[in-house]
Amino acid sequence: MEIKSNVKKFTFYRRKTTNFVMLSFSLLAALVTLAPLIFIFYYTISKGIAHLNVDFFTKLPTPVGEAGGGMVNAIFGTLILIAIGGGIGIPVGVFTGTYLSEFGHNKFGYVVRFLTDVMSGVPSIVVGVVAYTLVVLPMKHFSALAGGVALAILMIPTITRTTEEMIKLVPHSYREAGLALGIPKWKTTLMIVLKTAWKGIATGILLGLSRAAGETAPLLFTALDNRFWSTNIFQPIASLTVYIYTYASSPYKDWNDQAWTAALVLIILISLLSLIFRIITRSKYKTTN
Amino acid sequence: MEIVEQVKTESIPKNIPMNQDNVKISIQNLSAFFGKTQVLKNISIDISEKKVIAIIGPSGCGKSTFLRSINRMHEVARGTITGKIIFDGEDVMKIDPVFLRRKIGMVFQKPNPFPTMSVFNNVVAGLKLNGFRNRKALKEIVEKTLKQAALWDEVKDMMNKSGANLSGGQQQRLCIARTIAINPEVILMDEPASALDPISTAKIEELIFELKKDYTIIIVTHNMQQAARVSDYTAFFYMGELIEYADTKKMFTSPAKKQTEDYITGRFG
Repeated sequence: MEIKSNVKKFTFYRRKTTNFVMLSFSLLAALVTLAPLIFIFYYTISKGIAHLNVDFFTKLPTPVGEAGGGMVNAIFGTLILIAIGGGIGIPVGVFTGTYLSEFGHNKFGYVVRFLTDVMSGVPSIVVGVVAYTLVVLPMKHFSALAGGVALAILMIPTITRTTEEMIKLVPHSYREAGLALGIPKWKTTLMIVLKTAWKGIATGILLGLSRAAGETAPLLFTALDNRFWSTNIFQPIASLTVYIYTYASSPYKDWNDQAWTAALVLIILISLLSLIFRIITRSKYKTTN
Repeated sequence: MEIVEQVKTESIPKNIPMNQDNVKISIQNLSAFFGKTQVLKNISIDISEKKVIAIIGPSGCGKSTFLRSINRMHEVARGTITGKIIFDGEDVMKIDPVFLRRKIGMVFQKPNPFPTMSVFNNVVAGLKLNGFRNRKALKEIVEKTLKQAALWDEVKDMMNKSGANLSGGQQQRLCIARTIAINPEVILMDEPASALDPISTAKIEELIFELKKDYTIIIVTHNMQQAARVSDYTAFFYMGELIEYADTKKMFTSPAKKQTEDYITGRFG
């Protein structure tokens, strides 16, 4: 049986064409978005792989002109900086987000939310200056701690807003169920609501950490740099990003090459971090609905 | 004609206990508000111990608000009440809501097991999160309550699976098990079967019948047949007012008020 359509043949083809054109545009846009990422991966891998060897992960940098050497101090330094930043930024961000979502339906909450949004737009170099004033000046010298504080300030807005949005997605019925079981509100929030939203919050934390790990500008004012092995968080510390900056802008060929390797290692590090996070936060249950 | 109806109305006592039951909860002049909107108007009901009380009425008549104010869940939605709710001789507004809710449990319309917890942990969520950690005792409680909730045979082999993997009816029985695990005295049920298929509904109704041996149950329902099947007493609410409160049999065979009769015969609502 043939279905009679009221749509004229011309209209039908016009719609089909429009559909095709729009679909192509979307596909093109997706490719344009992907292209830089592909180029970044291609260049860092192809240029950085040459110096990627065991030495890079185990040896200290060599003086100019001397071949070889590695960046073990910078790799470790970046990890230390992320750890300090995360140690401060994750709890502050998660708890602020929780506050905003569960208790922040008032003027104060509105102000905090607004300021968080403003904060996420502050240039990272300004954050560096802030950390310089808050930590470096009173301590009278650059330190890993100051760098960590700067990175924490950078992470907080991302973590706060993602936490808030993710907690908002938790159905109200779970909160009610918890409260109706005679579980105090703070425990319901912590053990039921936060636990349910945890996966999404972890994504926010990861975004915050990755962004912080890739920052250079605020570190120049705070953690500075260190050519030697240092584990003291009250002393200046090396970081991959600062090394990339210094090495890439130097006139020496082998330093330029090592900058590429440092970039590659940084990407690997962030990917590893992401992977570890995913494994940790992987939910125990596969839910069907 | 008018006089006859008036006399008939007055001869029906609004307050139960009708047969000298023990009063578990006494509600006196209860009014409830959300902001400036009044949703319950001056309601007085006595609720007998170990009976099932059904609350019926059209949507928006205040049934759920009434139910929620009994264990102060209305506060979660920022409602306020006036009047008194006396539970075992104590004004509920003077009891810490956290303790009150351990005595007066609640089952919701949509099954809401905690998605991040296993079946086992769902049942004992109330106990565990309140600091009860004796593993052996918890195991016994889980088995006992799941048997009480007629769910044990279906889930005994999937204790460590997520509660979200169960069917809707099983989830709702899990929620009932979770509620009785903390050993309440009263269970409030807010349309517990309205999201379920007929077979699951029948199972919940059977369960209510079993549970009333140990608990006082107040159930809000849209389904008149359900009210007639499971309850001992029925209250009919309309526009925030209590129109009639009577023995269920009486209510469904010879209601005292015309509005009640119209509603249960399906002429409105």
